[in-house]
Amino acid sequence: MSSIKDRADLIKQAAAQMGKETYKGTSTKAQLPRTEYQKSSPKIATLEEAIRKSGLKDGMTISFHHHFRGGDKVVNMVVDKLAEMGFKNLSLAASSLQDVHAPLIEHIKNGVITEISTSGLRGELADEISRGLMDKPVVFRSHGGRGSAIRNGDLHIDVAFIGASSCDPLGNACGFSRSENAKSICGSLGYAIPDAHHADKVVVLTDDLVEYPNTPSSISEHLVDFVVVCDSVGDSSKISSGAIRDTKNPRDILLAKQAAKVVINSGYFNNGFSIQTGSGGASLAVVKYIRESMLEKGIKASFALGGITAHMVKLHEEGLIDRLVDVQSFDRAAAESIMRDPNHREVSAISYASADEPSSATHFLDIVILSALEVDVNFNVNVLVGSDGIIRGAIGGHPDTAADSGISIVVCPLLRGRIPCVVDEVTTLITPGSTVDVVVTEYGIAVNPGRPEIMERLKAAGLNIVTMEYLRDRALSVIGQPDPLPFGDKVVGIVMNRDGSVMDVIKNIKE
Amino acid sequence: MVNKEAFAGTLESGDILIQISPSEEKGLHIELQSTVAYQFGRQIKQVITETLEGLDVHDARVMATDKGALDCTIRARVTAAAVRATGKDVWKD
Repeated sequence: MSSIKDRADLIKQAAAQMGKETYKGTSTKAQLPRTEYQKSSPKIATLEEAIRKSGLKDGMTISFHHHFRGGDKVVNMVVDKLAEMGFKNLSLAASSLQDVHAPLIEHIKNGVITEISTSGLRGELADEISRGLMDKPVVFRSHGGRGSAIRNGDLHIDVAFIGASSCDPLGNACGFSRSENAKSICGSLGYAIPDAHHADKVVVLTDDLVEYPNTPSSISEHLVDFVVVCDSVGDSSKISSGAIRDTKNPRDILLAKQAAKVVINSGYFNNGFSIQTGSGGASLAVVKYIRESMLEKGIKASFALGGITAHMVKLHEEGLIDRLVDVQSFDRAAAESIMRDPNHREVSAISYASADEPSSATHFLDIVILSALEVDVNFNVNVLVGSDGIIRGAIGGHPDTAADSGISIVVCPLLRGRIPCVVDEVTTLITPGSTVDVVVTEYGIAVNPGRPEIMERLKAAGLNIVTMEYLRDRALSVIGQPDPLPFGDKVVGIVMNRDGSVMDVIKNIKE
Repeated sequence: MVNKEAFAGTLESGDILIQISPSEEKGLHIELQSTVAYQFGRQIKQVITETLEGLDVHDARVMATDKGALDCTIRARVTAAAVRATGKDVWKD
């Protein structure tokens, strides 16, 4: 018989061959009740401790997600703390920034934040940056483009700060909470998932520390280094108005009806189709008219992608859409649905829309309905910079979905007040015209000459097909010729294509 | 002759609020605030000036708060304000 003592030499030999130590018999037995142990999880820290332990240094890159949209509290809380701790020259890599982030202006002036990358900017911060607040231009990427950049190292994140509506002491985090103490809800954490996977250190901030295991989770414990409990990570009421409201605006209804006709006659409206829509009034109304046609013709969709709204949840629950694939929940109804419905699936920004990810959902998308600030005669779209030269929007998934979908439909009015939406050349190039198939306005529908088969189908359906030049001239005949914008010589923004190349720059606007 | 302060229009999107008051100085003094000032400020001022001169109003202070109104709207609001400020009903005369 061979005892372990007899095998000691062989064990030593095996260890030597593997370059390992031999076992010293030092294992200890855990004894504390595990519910007690959780409370002393080594990952639990105050925000300041987490920042110190993360090894963050001046000049490094920090990241944030924007699932709380206008209700986000994490960016301001963390950057205030970083300023207080004396950090300088940080690069802020947000999935997007909103009106609520105006306090960053002071931190930029004080040198705490010296670089920003984001999908969009709005409000006062956007205004100041458009006028030249920052020395270094803001880098704008689409959601898919950001995912690619994080994964391939173009955008290296040193420390990710992720707001979560629930997290256990080990770091299993969700955009909702199953506990009775839930304070916030944002639904999908899709934009934060690439950060969690690729950042050197990951800090989860939560306003509901729940018992282990908080599963299924959006962000798994093995990705998380620190868990910080705070009063509030976000005001969920500001994600959207919350309620389903059908637009009463007659122009939106007209646009929606026209867009629905385009969808229905496009050749892509077949059983098992997939669709993504935006969150604007007209886009939401399109869903209403498509639903009627689905019921009438007995057509069902395989999945809806996005940007999931209460409208899509309703169609899913009616059995008209099999699955919901959700990178960002646009309202409370969508956020609650993702918590309770296993067929409403969260997807990371990479699996949503990255060009270099063959399995990303956009590659399997039939129809996308998009909005625009401006479309030009070559079908190029701008969704970022207003016609006054001030940044006022976000790239979002616009170029990603336009390029990858079977048919991309842009819906926009001819004019917004006196501002034309159909122009000679877009102020800033965001989505290349080669990827935009149909433009729907209340004065007619233009089809990209690169899609003659779609043009034929829509003509056969009796739709009013016009040229972009006709729409441009129609706009000019009402508003007159606009004066050129007073751009300066400073580059305040750089627009990246989703393939990582530089597509356009945004110049500062002079007073 | 502008002999009292008067206004016409609203601050709704697509409208313009025109306030006209008597001026002791010669000429039209137009102060414009517009959401589309960069691209259309020049045109808006021109339409206001032409409309007032067409109504024989040459000396006045004009405060215009524009929310992207089209020229036809601007002309209508300026005319209405001028009629109220001068007491001269251009539609009747």
